[in-house]
Amino acid sequence: MLKLSLVSYRYAGTNRLALRDINLELADGEVVGVVGANEAGKTTLCLVASGLAPRSIGGTLGGSVLIDGHATADLQMHELAALVGICFQNPYTQLSQVADTVFEEVAFGAMNLGLDRAEVIRRVNEALAAIGIAELGERDPRRLSGGQMQLVAVAGLLAMRPRHLVLDEPVAQLDPEGRALVADALRRLAAAGTGLLIAEHDTDLLVGLCSRVVVIDNGSIAEVGSADEVLVDPRLEKWGVEPPARVRLARAVAAAGMTAELP
Amino acid sequence: MSDIVCTDLRYDYPGGVRALDRISLTIGQGERVAIVGQNGSGKTTLIRHFNGLLRPTEGAVTVDRWDTRFKPVAALAALVGLAFQDPDKQIFAGSVEAEVSFGPRNLGRRGSELESAVASALAAVGLSGERRTNPYDLGYSRRKLLSIASVLAMNTPVVVLDEPTTGQDARGVRTIEKIVARIAAEGRTVVCVSHDMRFVAESFERVVVMGGARVILDAAPQEVFAQRNWDLLGSTNLGPPYSARAGHELGLGATPTEASLIRALRSGTSA
Repeated sequence: MLKLSLVSYRYAGTNRLALRDINLELADGEVVGVVGANEAGKTTLCLVASGLAPRSIGGTLGGSVLIDGHATADLQMHELAALVGICFQNPYTQLSQVADTVFEEVAFGAMNLGLDRAEVIRRVNEALAAIGIAELGERDPRRLSGGQMQLVAVAGLLAMRPRHLVLDEPVAQLDPEGRALVADALRRLAAAGTGLLIAEHDTDLLVGLCSRVVVIDNGSIAEVGSADEVLVDPRLEKWGVEPPARVRLARAVAAAGMTAELP
Repeated sequence: MSDIVCTDLRYDYPGGVRALDRISLTIGQGERVAIVGQNGSGKTTLIRHFNGLLRPTEGAVTVDRWDTRFKPVAALAALVGLAFQDPDKQIFAGSVEAEVSFGPRNLGRRGSELESAVASALAAVGLSGERRTNPYDLGYSRRKLLSIASVLAMNTPVVVLDEPTTGQDARGVRTIEKIVARIAAEGRTVVCVSHDMRFVAESFERVVVMGGARVILDAAPQEVFAQRNWDLLGSTNLGPPYSARAGHELGLGATPTEASLIRALRSGTSA
């Protein structure tokens, strides 16, 4: 379980609290979506929930972030890495820069967990196949398209099978089919017990993937509830969040004074 | 007129990956064109030919009748502004203002002309209040808007944006839609690569669909997102926007945009 209690966070060298009074629990196997406007604090929440803030990037953390009972502030990077994975917003940032093939890149995290070679190879093949990029195995990861790089970043995390996984807009650069494959893979990971925290603008991705959704507004939690409730909340647009396509269209139809049985 | 003409364009990356295969495409001055296709289908590689960042392995690309093989990138930059997919590969200056000034300054703008280009570009993306901010103190979504402002400030006849709505919230997407509309209203060309089919259907008059390094469909959204093309779209990992699917299910014909679906509902007939 990942548990944030009264968490506040301030980036190094700034006075502004980027997060304030965040209380959030992520149970094993649970999938929680995080939505909110640009710069509302979604990325900061991802960095804090994964322990990278403050461990790796400094700053001031208030309250506590516990992962399986361990305070992230007390853990070393290698201890954190064994408990929680993070998928960065910019996939280029995720690349190890030491692997010359996609296969080695995807294997990098799993190898560092000390797994035996045969197990790593099995997991890498499985991860590549799950999101439809088996044919990229021999390619240079630094020479992929933005979307392909994002898929490689996700595959590397799948191969690690982390106990908890934090994802910052994991499908932003993917084509619709790639989005569907990643969603399926994440669903399977959760079914196997991984807790997932997913910051995402694409609310259509969150429908049917998340059980709960958290709305972040100006560094605080503005709303939290079941995905079914939050994703149709009329305040979403005020919070800078695009509602799912079906919700949006239903509203446009109603605003035009008509009714339709939308699929 | 700054037409972009690709003739039998082929491009192989070092190592032999064929990214573009026999692309013949003309984008006329003032057109609003979206380029879509599965990840790795060659979209970014194609648009990097429009300002000479890449040169054809075979075939040719001309901009305003200039063959890009023989024209320096600096000269092409005055014709075609290109905002990268990854803003962090574009941004280099220490302040928002310096970042946005760089392009127009290199095109020779000075004084009030430079200032007005910078001010209007920053206003367009909503960053007027951040002139002195270090770009890396902005979040990803605003760095992306900054990279777009840097291109807008150059006031080029052709503007090319690589996945501009990536990472944007609802307001950011509206901002990009307005920018596209304004560039078009000024008679300038705007080309966007995008995976956001709603944005594509709502903001563009022409959609170029890429698959396996080739153009597999090139038509208006009404045609591209019509049900008869869904299988073809599926072959390059795409699907129609929700309005198109809903319109089809409701027996309303091809309704790629929300407005067209509502019109069709109102008239109760096929669009």
